Formats: sequence, C-alpha cells, structure tokens
Amino acid sequence: MTLLNIFSVVPIQYYIFISAVLFSVGVLGVLFRRNAIIIFMSVELMLNSVNLLLVAFSTYHNDASGQVFVFFVMAVAAAEVAVGLAILVTIFKNVHSIDIDELKSLKN
Amino acid sequence: MTVLSKNPVHSVIYLIGCFFAIAGHYLLLNAQFLAIVHIIVYAGAIMVLFLSTLMLMNLNEETEQHKPALAKISAVVASGVLMLVLVAVLRKADSLPIPLMQDTSIGTIKNLGVVLLDEYLFPFEFASILFLSAMIGAVLLTKKDKAQTA
Repeated sequence: MTLLNIFSVVPIQYYIFISAVLFSVGVLGVLFRRNAIIIFMSVELMLNSVNLLLVAFSTYHNDASGQVFVFFVMAVAAAEVAVGLAILVTIFKNVHSIDIDELKSLKN
Repeated sequence: MTVLSKNPVHSVIYLIGCFFAIAGHYLLLNAQFLAIVHIIVYAGAIMVLFLSTLMLMNLNEETEQHKPALAKISAVVASGVLMLVLVAVLRKADSLPIPLMQDTSIGTIKNLGVVLLDEYLFPFEFASILFLSAMIGAVLLTKKDKAQTA
C-alpha cells in the first residue's frame, strides 16, 4: 500500500486557515455568552485550534516534539478545566448563578 | 453551534462533535496516539466534567439572560475582525512547499514515548506535579464550602 502524503492533498495553508477560524469562533464564544461554563468550553475550543496547528506542523516537519507539546497542552487544559469547574461550583453555591455579569465584584 | 445554542447541554454535544472532527484530523495527519488521547481526554473526561457540572447546577433550561445587543454586536465585530486579520495576514505569507517524503512512524506511541521520556523528561514530571496540585485544589475548593455550610 502506498502511503499518501497528506500535504499533497490538503495543503498546510488549509490547516492554518481552519485553525484561525476555530480560534476566532472561540474568541466569539468568550465575548458573546454570559454563561461561565460555555466560556470555559470556548477556551477549550481555542486550545484545540492551537493543538491542531501544532500537530499539522509537527507532521509537516517530521518532528515529534510538536506532538509532545500538544500532549502537554492537553494536560494543562485538563487541569485548568478541573480547577475552573471546581471554582464555578463554589461560586454557584454562594451566589446561585454563574452569570459572569453578576460576578463583577470580588466582595459580597 | 457550540457558541450559539441556547441550551448548554446542546452546546456540549456540539462541542463533542467538534472534538471528534479534530481527532479525525489528527488521524489524517498520522498522529494516531494523539487522536486516541484526544478522544479519551476531551470526549471522555472533560465533557463528562462539563455535563456533570451542568447537572449539578440544574441549568438545563434556558435560564441565561443574554447580553445587550450592543455587546453582542461588538463581540461579533471584534471576533470577525480578528478572523479577517488572521486570514489576510496568512494569505500574504509565502506558500510552503509540499514536503517530498514523510516519516509515517512519528505519531506512534513508541516514537512519542522515546521523545517524551528522553528530551522532555523534566516537563513530564512537572506536568504530574501540576496534576497533583490541580487535584488537591479542586478537592479543597469544593470541600471548604461544605465545611462552612455544615
């Protein structure tokens, strides 16, 4: 079986563009919504767009370091989500809302 | 759709679809290990975390009040301009040549493990410390509140 070179079918520019679009959608989500959980999901989307670009260039350059870096990004994202959602649960217990516009003040 | 759907549970489902699409891209790019890890970590762990938090907060219905129209329009304009700028800059960039030959064994577990534990041993250990602190922090954050109310 002959192995097809992916970059002769899908040029790497397309991966750059799809990453840019995904990142912009994540930014839109952060700016657009008031639900804090959805804002977290949008942050995940942005992290994923960067991961996709890292994998694309790692394959392009035949270098495994990029994929190792993606691995670390995933680890950091998982830790961030765990702590962030714990903070959200604590906030929800105190305020009974996760609307970020109601959480402007740090006291009361 | 993740961003725009009104029901948070629906947006979680859409996000899972998006993650599976990204995992498919990883497979296309010969990163098998990362594709599997991506599905396990994101679709398996993180989305379950999101869903259980949503259920804990009982936000299944549309309870969210939306931002005023001015804020919405400015958000759309800001992210649209960001996307336009990114795409415009990247179109100007020189097109990269297609690499002639490709080593397809880069994304295998064996190869990645060698690189991970050889060159990146210290960051690897540091990631484990990060996980430990995140775990302790999450438990502590949710437990302290219980002690206060009880």
